[in-house]
Amino acid sequence: MEILVCIKRVPDTSENEIQIDGSGTDIARDDLVYSVNEPDNYAVEEALQIVARTGGNVTVVTVGGEEDEEILRREMAMGATRGVMISDDSFQGSDGRGIAAILKAFVQTGHYDLILTGVQADDGSAQVGGMLAALLDYPFASLVTSIEVLEGRKLKIGREIEGGSREINAIDLPCVLSIQTGINEPRYVGMRGIRQVASVPIPTLGAADLGVEPELVGAIAAKVKRTGYFVPPAGKGAEILAGSREEVVNKLMDLLKAKGGLN
Amino acid sequence: MFWLVRGSDLFLFLHLLGLFCFAYIVARRLAPLLRAQRDFRFDRPLARLGRLLQFWLAQWRHPRYRFAGALHILIFAGFLLLASRAFAVLAMGISDRFAGHPGGLYDAVRDYASTVVFLCMGIAIVRRLAFAPARYGRRSADAIFLLALIGILMAADGIFEGSHAAFHARQGTTAELFPPLSLPWAFELAFSSAPLAALVNLHLGAYLTHEVTFFFLLCYRPFGIQFHVETSLFSIYFAKLDRGTVKPVRWGVADEQLDAVPSFGVKKIEDFTWKHLLDFYSCADCGRCADQCPANAVGRPLSPRALTIKTRDYLFRHYPVFSPSSDGVPLAGGLYSEDEIWSCTTCGACEAECPLLVEYIDKIVDLRRGLVDDGKAPKPLHKPLKSLESRGNPFGKMEKKRADWAQGAVKILNGGGGADTLYFVDSITSYDDRIQSIGRATARILDSLGEEFGILGAKERDSGHDVRRFGEEMLFQALRGHNTEAIRSSGARRIVTADPHAYNALKHDYRDMPPVEHVSEVVARAVRTSKIRLNAVENGVYSYHDPCYLGRHNGIYDDPRDVLDSIPGLRRVEMKRCRDRSFCCGGGGLALFYEAKEEQRMGVRRVRMAADAGSSVIVTACPFCMVNIEDAIKVAGLEGQMTAIDLAELVDRQMVKAS
Repeated sequence: MEILVCIKRVPDTSENEIQIDGSGTDIARDDLVYSVNEPDNYAVEEALQIVARTGGNVTVVTVGGEEDEEILRREMAMGATRGVMISDDSFQGSDGRGIAAILKAFVQTGHYDLILTGVQADDGSAQVGGMLAALLDYPFASLVTSIEVLEGRKLKIGREIEGGSREINAIDLPCVLSIQTGINEPRYVGMRGIRQVASVPIPTLGAADLGVEPELVGAIAAKVKRTGYFVPPAGKGAEILAGSREEVVNKLMDLLKAKGGLN
Repeated sequence: MFWLVRGSDLFLFLHLLGLFCFAYIVARRLAPLLRAQRDFRFDRPLARLGRLLQFWLAQWRHPRYRFAGALHILIFAGFLLLASRAFAVLAMGISDRFAGHPGGLYDAVRDYASTVVFLCMGIAIVRRLAFAPARYGRRSADAIFLLALIGILMAADGIFEGSHAAFHARQGTTAELFPPLSLPWAFELAFSSAPLAALVNLHLGAYLTHEVTFFFLLCYRPFGIQFHVETSLFSIYFAKLDRGTVKPVRWGVADEQLDAVPSFGVKKIEDFTWKHLLDFYSCADCGRCADQCPANAVGRPLSPRALTIKTRDYLFRHYPVFSPSSDGVPLAGGLYSEDEIWSCTTCGACEAECPLLVEYIDKIVDLRRGLVDDGKAPKPLHKPLKSLESRGNPFGKMEKKRADWAQGAVKILNGGGGADTLYFVDSITSYDDRIQSIGRATARILDSLGEEFGILGAKERDSGHDVRRFGEEMLFQALRGHNTEAIRSSGARRIVTADPHAYNALKHDYRDMPPVEHVSEVVARAVRTSKIRLNAVENGVYSYHDPCYLGRHNGIYDDPRDVLDSIPGLRRVEMKRCRDRSFCCGGGGLALFYEAKEEQRMGVRRVRMAADAGSSVIVTACPFCMVNIEDAIKVAGLEGQMTAIDLAELVDRQMVKAS
């Protein structure tokens, strides 16, 4: 099976102190460290496990710039067969639909049986997967928590639904799935793995290589524009505990007990 | 011995058969060693010889378990004295010329030796049957069988001698004089009224029994724990000389060439080095390692002894004596559970105890390297490892905040004649809000000593000590490379640290570093020269907890104790497990992030030991010990009765400040 996984590089929320920058429409990006968007990493692991069972290849692709190459390498170190960088000045400022249009053009340059995305990006809106499926006229399923390959170009997939239950669906290939975290346990990628793929060439494709329609991409085509960021103010009922770690923990314990959270 | 001559051809045949079988079996046992990884153990012959004398000939570690040790020393000494006797008896079977002249001093000594060994066998068997220590587990049958065989060997020799003497005594010819109360003496006495024909038969029968038992034992030993009789000499000679170090990924492969190594660590049995395979043969299954192992004590799925014995059995299965060898199948997840491999804190208690100097930490690290190489690092370690890669600390904190703990009071070195002394802080002291106090105390101590010192600040990265020991070698090397560069360009001529893990890394894992000292060494020297004077403490009973990487791995036991003892009024008691038997608090570095399955925390067990010793203050000298022990005091419900304090904090608190 030929599997394409669309991945994105995002600021790692566990390793950064996210603050809003002066303009108010972005976060302060000095001193940030980035990593692969976590659900995307689960998607790559799932793709690797599927090809380990059925054979085939895993391609990872991202839309971005030079600095995004590190995540392609990380996923290649994980085991992806090849990485592809899609980069073009005209793509700057694309909205979700723009990114989906770019990915659609890339998908049509190859023969992919299955396309995976993460359920959403840490800094995204969970829309590219669905839009990509629609643009390709492929079936789509979101929040996928299990995949089983069936005979006759079909998949049996589990989806997470409200309340922790799961539903099982059959879906025809080719299709697009958005992968929920917890579907598997992504393998560890060490320094050594990354070093070993350090010199593997990664092709960079631009708008002309893909035949992307220029009117669909870039800031001008974007129909959704971010106009602001804010940190929610402490609302009523929200209480910030102050004091030393010991005191905070004790206060929290008292509160939890008082409100019935602990017996 | 006229009647033996007739059998001399038969005995010669038996000897040759026995020797051939033994040689064949040993050759088969050597097969996996020849296919194993390289290991450089042929250097420093004098140091190795010294250890051979100490740990093999002088049985140095045996008395650590008093009764078993004494028994073993007697048996070992007996074996040494009897070795030539055994060959002499074999030679007698071939020709009378080897009969020798009885009655010399050696004869008396070896008659007693065999008697002592015989008695020891009896005691050992009774002990195994009735008073077996828990550490022996249930594997007693094989041991008892072997003990019995040795007993038979001794008795047969005694009967052989005794019947011979009784025969001559009866005929009125000069009989040998046996030392009183020895086995041959007892048998001569017992046989004094036996008929002559019976004596001849006894004599011949005893010889045959001795012969058969001897060769059976010789050929049976390579199938079990008794193989250590042969292999221990080599195991100890080739034992690891440099404590505190970790073996390279592959011996003979420079760090720069590691990218070309196709596979890291141990994944199949042949990935162990030949010395490590030899260790598996040499283990005598005495269980001392497991008895001391803190992971085993708290019910983690790890026992060093079980690890060795099951690997040995696995080796026997895959390299059988009588059928072709088969390649090793993957080890992790099969022979060993992954949790087992990650349960070790590398505290070194097992290695400090093993009378045969069997190595464990390097094997565990190699198994971890194999798992990490296959992407199987435990999930809870992924984030810390990723953060170490991107931020240089396992907590994912910003580099620019690395010096915040110092609150601006410590100079940051950036080369160009800054300061002579570098204080290497390391991650936990830099970022953990409780542990930062150890950093500030250390800085104040250095300050009061008038030291010109500074820190690397944002340029410092985690020492990587436990990154290496958790099997992520390339990440360790990246961290080491960065720190080496920063330390060199700082211009520092010496390094001080308060973190034993950093201390061990800088001392043993890094190369060409300026001299490194732990703050306890600095303080001990200052106390001795009265540069630091300490105020009296009012009350409290203090116990010093030896951090593994200060004590066992680096031999610093006395400096911290000397500092404590120099505090007027301080009452210090030792815990039952102290010095090189110190009980690990739960492990440092990445061990803080790994939650092994266990019945109890190591730290909890440790603070109970302190309570049992009657102490109310645990003094330690390691930031990780502080984290684990303070947690454990709470978990054990000893809050209010017991406190923990770092040696640096205590000194800082008690220092007579110049005013």
